[in-house]
Amino acid sequence: MENHFDLIVVGAGAAGLTAGIYLSRAKVSTLILNEGAVGGQMVLTHEIANYPGVESISGYQLARNMKTQAQKFGCVIKSNIKITNLDLEGGTKSVEVNNKEVYTAHAIILATGGKSRTLGVPGEDKFKGKGISYCATCDGDFFQDKEIIVVGGGNSALEEAVSLTKYASKVTIIHQFDNFQALEHYVEEAKNNSKINFIMESKIIEFAGDESLKKVRIQNQATQEITEMIVDGVFIFIGYVPNTEKIGGKVALNNYGEIIVDKNMATNIAGIYAAGDSIAKRYRQVTTAVADGTIAALSASEYINNIKKELHLVSTN
Amino acid sequence: MLNTNLTHVLSEQEHAKLLQENENVMICCGRMGPMCIPVYEVMEELEGEYTKVKFVDMEFDTADAKVIRNLPQVRGFQGIPFVIYYKNGKVVKATSSIQNREQVTAILDEKFGK
Ligand SMILES: Cc1cc2nc3c(=O)[nH]c(=O)nc-3n(C[C@H](O)[C@H](O)[C@H](O)COP(=O)(O)OP(=O)(O)OC[C@H]3O[C@@H](n4cnc5c(N)ncnc54)[C@H](O)[C@@H]3O)c2cc1C
Repeated sequence: MENHFDLIVVGAGAAGLTAGIYLSRAKVSTLILNEGAVGGQMVLTHEIANYPGVESISGYQLARNMKTQAQKFGCVIKSNIKITNLDLEGGTKSVEVNNKEVYTAHAIILATGGKSRTLGVPGEDKFKGKGISYCATCDGDFFQDKEIIVVGGGNSALEEAVSLTKYASKVTIIHQFDNFQALEHYVEEAKNNSKINFIMESKIIEFAGDESLKKVRIQNQATQEITEMIVDGVFIFIGYVPNTEKIGGKVALNNYGEIIVDKNMATNIAGIYAAGDSIAKRYRQVTTAVADGTIAALSASEYINNIKKELHLVSTN
Repeated sequence: MLNTNLTHVLSEQEHAKLLQENENVMICCGRMGPMCIPVYEVMEELEGEYTKVKFVDMEFDTADAKVIRNLPQVRGFQGIPFVIYYKNGKVVKATSSIQNREQVTAILDEKFGK
């Protein structure tokens, strides 16, 4: 059965690739299905300097190394697919993808990670790459001597706002609350930078322009007053959301949409495990994703061995 | 040079030759960053599927990449990669910033046929 594997991993980020390495090395036939580019958030990271044993490496290279390592052990990786249906119940789990291909397995590891939150307001899609960006290191230099907005109030927003002052003549931070969630030293650094000013308790409600972004409409959350601001660019850093929208209603999630697991990375459904940034946990790092992926792989491997023993007993009785 | 498995276009001359020799060309002009890498990966995958299309990349920060940066079709672009689709040497589509597989194949199907 070409489309049957011992285990399917959903997601090829640090957690999923680690699970792939462990399982394939243990001769558990493994398929990884990934929406988007292999590596997940690692690919978003220009430099990873806190992965033990590797002084400094680009996220892309680390992802590539993990992918090659998994493939060397026989792991099959399919990227840029879309899952159209997931059947997690029963002894045989199945996953249908967008080309109507159906894959089956004894167990599944959900390692779908997280993604940048978008504002979801009119004009955001239209001006992506034409004034709106989610990556300061990628697009900062397009805004040399220009006036830009940074949206957000966490560590990333404040850190990137400061880094963007290398290029921009003026950076306005727009934040929906009246105080910042970022660590105090990020806030201090931003406040001490003469190019940065702040609009608090406010949200962008619309982006407008022609070929490129020209202005935004901003609503004050306290007074509801709406103002317009002429601007060359907007960088959005408003946090991450777990990629569990397709899993909700199938496995148990907490109020934040994160998958609930036990210490073996098992979910509430037998044979379904989860690992990495998509699970309910406090610290989200490559190292923690790799650790979760390892635990999920070892637990799932044990589960599969037991299932195979049972199947063997049934067939020999 | 970009660290991808695609053919790299390194100069203005190579760019001109490429357009002369290929009817359908998709060129991704970018850096090794989070907005560009997913597009290269999609292109690497599509190389085997869209045999009538030549998939190449070009480094954004080289002087010769002005052949892309100065195109009238990229006016207003403020996000890398700049992706250009050529048919018989003429630009038929240009996109800015990250695109996923579905977005890329929709353009390839529309502009170059399935
Ligand atoms: C800008 C940035 C910088 C960072 N810097 C560091 C750092 O320096 N050090 C560090 O340790 N950590 C860093 N992190 C955090 C670290 O990258 C993550 O914690 C880690 O990579 C998470 O791995 P993951 O495998 O759980 O999830 P992800 O990396 O999010 O991977 C999940 C994968 O699953 C795929 N997927 C999602 N939904 C589906 C679906 N329905 N079907 C199929 N596939 C799906 C996604 O496309 C993705 O490829 C950084 C994160 C960011 C965003």
